[in-house]
Amino acid sequence: MSSKVRVATMWFSGCSGCHMAFLDLDERLIELRELAEIVYSPIVDLKEIPNGIDVALIEGTVNTTEQLEHLREIRRKAKFVVAFGDCAITGNVPSIRNPGPRDEMLQAVYGDGHLPGLKEGVVPAILPDALPLQAYVRVDYYIPGCPPDADRIWKFIVTLIKEGEPRLEGEEIRFG
Amino acid sequence: MITLKLDGQEVQARKGQTILEVAMENGIRIPTLCYLEGLSPKGTCRLCLVEVTNWNGKLVPACVTPVEEGLEVITRSERLDQIRRTILEMLFLERNHICSFCVSNGHCELQDLAVELGMDHVTFPYRYPGLDMDLSHEGFGLDHNRCVVCSRCIRACSEVEGAFTWGFQGRGVGTMVAIDLGVPWGLSETCTSCGKCVQACPTGALFEKGVATAAQLKSPEIIREVTERRPRVF
Repeated sequence: MSSKVRVATMWFSGCSGCHMAFLDLDERLIELRELAEIVYSPIVDLKEIPNGIDVALIEGTVNTTEQLEHLREIRRKAKFVVAFGDCAITGNVPSIRNPGPRDEMLQAVYGDGHLPGLKEGVVPAILPDALPLQAYVRVDYYIPGCPPDADRIWKFIVTLIKEGEPRLEGEEIRFG
Repeated sequence: MITLKLDGQEVQARKGQTILEVAMENGIRIPTLCYLEGLSPKGTCRLCLVEVTNWNGKLVPACVTPVEEGLEVITRSERLDQIRRTILEMLFLERNHICSFCVSNGHCELQDLAVELGMDHVTFPYRYPGLDMDLSHEGFGLDHNRCVVCSRCIRACSEVEGAFTWGFQGRGVGTMVAIDLGVPWGLSETCTSCGKCVQACPTGALFEKGVATAAQLKSPEIIREVTERRPRVF
């Protein structure tokens, strides 16, 4: 049994900027390996969400039925669910579609013909609104920012692991 | 002179001063949004609510409440923090305040308040209303999505510029700022294009055309400077 903290990251409807900011930890990623093990992530080659996750950092809005299933699954399997970046917290850019009807949005993008995402199919159906995580599940912590910069992410992870409670304060919680 | 207590500390005030003015003179910070030095206070945003101990803990907006002899005012408490944060959450969820591509990102009073009050998320559902922009004026734009209905533009226009271009239309959550009883800004017959409304606006709702994301710097203090040199008529 490893005593390292088991961290997962997920990418829903967002630009991946939060994950890029995570990679901006640069040499601190080596240090992170001493503290934590990344057990599931877009950068980890694993198809199924494993059990026994300690911290799940989730980027992006919940935009499709598949993402909603994954969110509920990871909520069951993770001790702490963290809304990682503005999209996961406020809806941010993906939520621009919310004021209008979903079907009109799909038509505007794909024209007449086949509308992927309208019904469940090869691609999952698109939900009526692109909503932040707390619209569906309990969220334990929030890391604001579009994207949150690497220092902010690092402080969050280190304080959570070493002090048991993440401590972001002042400018570290600014949106945008 | 009037003597009152702010957070237990005795302070002196002049008759007619508000609790907010006395607090500012004594270096006590009370969060504000609709208040702007140089304009008449309106008490619409409710962020400056303070607790008056000897009025049974009643909450009053500091910006419009005149001081009284013997008043005991609390400006910071867990209860006030909680109430102010809830009010701020309501302001955020009411319209589409998407900071990441706002002209005022990084220079926005609403965003600053979230930092100050420690608001890292909104606990209530967002409304995501469908709102328009008015880009008909040659120099300025209006984005209703980012408006907090504080009326600073309306007051700057009527009280300082004397043009009375801006007003409110609608009721409750549907209240919108409007130009000349509802015409596009570019067709206004009263607007002098002075830009005071833009400078007074606390968010990215009013902006100068052509500025990019995060590039809209504003100087709301010009309202105070103008009124110091040229006192308001009313």
